[in-house]
Amino acid sequence: MSIVQKIEPAEPADAPEQDLRLVKDRVRVYPMSVKGMVRSFKWEVLAFCLLVYYLLPWLRWDRGPGRPDQAVLVDIWNERMYILGFEFWPQDIYLLAGALILAAFALFMVTSLLGRVWCGYTCPQTVWTDLFLGVERLIEGDRNERIKRDTGPLSWDKIWRKTAKHSIWLFVAFWTGGAWIMYYVDAPTVTCEFWTGTASFQVYFFTGLFTATTYLLAGWAREQVCTYMCPWPRFQAAMLDEQTLTVTYQGWRGEPRGKKHPDETWSGRGDCVDCNACVHVCPTGIDIRDGQQLECIGCGLCIDACNHVMTKLERPNWLITWDNLVRQNAKIKHETVPEIRFLRPRTLIYAAVLVAGAGGMAYAVTNRSELNLIVQRDRAPLFVRLADGTLRNGYTLSIANKKPMARTFQLSLKGMDGAELALPESSGGQASAVDVAAKADTVTDVRVLVRAPSSVHGNVPVSFVLRDTLSGATQEWTSTFLAPSATAE
Amino acid sequence: MPTKIEKDALTGKETTGHDWDGIRELNTPVPRWWLYVWLATIAWGIALFILYPAIPLGRTATAGLLGYTSHGALDKSLRALQAERAPFFDKIEATSLEDIQKDPDLLSVALIAGKSAFANNCSPCHGPSGSGRPGFPNLEDDVWLWGGTLDQIKQTITYGVRSGNPDAHVSDMPHFGADNLLPPDDIQAVADYVSTLYGGQQKGTAPAPASVEAGAKIFGDNCAPCHGDKGQGNPDVGAPRLASATHLYGNDRATIVHQVTLPRQGVMPAWTGRLDDATIKSLALYVHSLGGGQ
Repeated sequence: MSIVQKIEPAEPADAPEQDLRLVKDRVRVYPMSVKGMVRSFKWEVLAFCLLVYYLLPWLRWDRGPGRPDQAVLVDIWNERMYILGFEFWPQDIYLLAGALILAAFALFMVTSLLGRVWCGYTCPQTVWTDLFLGVERLIEGDRNERIKRDTGPLSWDKIWRKTAKHSIWLFVAFWTGGAWIMYYVDAPTVTCEFWTGTASFQVYFFTGLFTATTYLLAGWAREQVCTYMCPWPRFQAAMLDEQTLTVTYQGWRGEPRGKKHPDETWSGRGDCVDCNACVHVCPTGIDIRDGQQLECIGCGLCIDACNHVMTKLERPNWLITWDNLVRQNAKIKHETVPEIRFLRPRTLIYAAVLVAGAGGMAYAVTNRSELNLIVQRDRAPLFVRLADGTLRNGYTLSIANKKPMARTFQLSLKGMDGAELALPESSGGQASAVDVAAKADTVTDVRVLVRAPSSVHGNVPVSFVLRDTLSGATQEWTSTFLAPSATAE
Repeated sequence: MPTKIEKDALTGKETTGHDWDGIRELNTPVPRWWLYVWLATIAWGIALFILYPAIPLGRTATAGLLGYTSHGALDKSLRALQAERAPFFDKIEATSLEDIQKDPDLLSVALIAGKSAFANNCSPCHGPSGSGRPGFPNLEDDVWLWGGTLDQIKQTITYGVRSGNPDAHVSDMPHFGADNLLPPDDIQAVADYVSTLYGGQQKGTAPAPASVEAGAKIFGDNCAPCHGDKGQGNPDVGAPRLASATHLYGNDRATIVHQVTLPRQGVMPAWTGRLDDATIKSLALYVHSLGGGQ
């Protein structure tokens, strides 16, 4: 039994209707308000996510004088990213790739265990659409009232309510776009600059851009983003199996469905009274009774709606519930219902990848070098012959000092006898080792000349050794010294 | 055009009436938002025609209400760039070369400015990396015709060599062969002697000891006053160092004979008047940094 079989209810007679889906216009969804435990939980998650999003940039973190004190900051101008006590350089970008891979596997694992809870509760598209729907409901009323007003003629009531709704949407969208900017520039500073008109063009542009995208995606596009724009629904089914918990209509209990006359008894018919409450509350406008489907974001609001009706009818709750295929099949066949198996090869593999990846990341983050050396040989001239017949090559050293203080290094050579160093930019004389100063928290470029006796021929590997005069930490880079070949002379 | 409106059975929408092997095309109008964007682009285009130079009129074009020209835009951005750089250039101009070298931040600006000016003005002769070629001095080595200190380099860049500027470096080596100041045999002997000063870097066979000895005497009488008694050269008069492994025109014996017979003498332009003082100072610092100067 696989998920694919379940979503194949199409019979030949329905074929034209199936085809029609490809050409029909968008059917506007008017989700009805609903109360219940799922709805309450969803409001709580929404409030938590929004609070984190809006308030995180304001969290301070002392990093010492002259350095940003924002806990989470992606400082693009200065090519630094700060997360609490960690500072990342552009060279650490692979850690971002690692974090994204970890996030992907966490998503896979959660989906394989609990279905699309990411989509239903925490995806920004869901959170903001839910928020915007709440605003819409507050101003325009519930489902029936909204449908009636939208199909009715233009009236003063319609105009002011629509204006008010869009104004509040834009206001929320503006704060969303503005908060996004605060992750890239110091929040208090940019807020002050923004309102005094002194912020940079980029700040205004991106605030405007993210205001527009929030307004359009959460206000207008809504469920179309999930159905048509987002790739995740298209392949998330690959993470599901017969053990995955999904929002499930228990057909064996609900069918045959139908309107129930007050005098009718419950025997010989299903519990579903075809009230369509589950369809009306659905934010994507689908009928969960058709089974698991692409459009379903797994939010479970239909569960609240159905429980409400079942309570009124004095029937057991959970006609729509979270369950997996194995248990549902057992219930259909009146067999013993097995326990949900959370530990299975798929979830264990995801967990193993997560643990290994998180371990690797933790190691990589804590063992990043605070000193990096790259040596580039001058491309031309290949070598220079000096008056006394000795040979000289030029190199540029890039010293990345990731510490917040200036450091002095002793530079020496390894692997070539009689070679001497000089720093031409500061007119330093020849020596076997020279002192090099590296500025704090940046990359310092230093040009170095290496002089070798005329007895050197051909390509000679030579290593540059950089040693912190205080801590003794060393970095090495092996380059080449070029000299004319012995036969060329 | 179809004579009667056909409707698609499935969707109830109008079709174009065209039929390709049973396939019919729905006559779906373009989306309203698309239409509005299209109209907006037309309005935008008309506004551009009015505000900016647009309609060609033979040799010229309509000027547009904003008075925009691409030359004007370039001038503006160049002026903005100069204004942005002015504080640094003013500081470079006001600071002595030695003091700039002690100020890492100012030095790095000067070196970048010098590198850029070098590529624009100096690299045609001295090469993009300053390594020169025969007749055009290598600036990366430690051989300096007119001295390799910061001030000497700045002096050379400012006034040039044989440039016609009254303060230019001028040296005039006698044409020992062309003007019959030395007989050809003596020139050969001097060449033999001078080649022994090359520290094993001369090209060609080793000269006969007798000829070297004779050459040494002729050298002492004729060449030593400028080139020094050991061929160490004299930057004050621009006399090249001969006791060296590297030479302006080459290391073979024929070059020595040529230079003694009819010396070639290069010209370098004076850059004062063409480049401002800050740029010349930046150039001096950059050239000095290539090989460490003297």
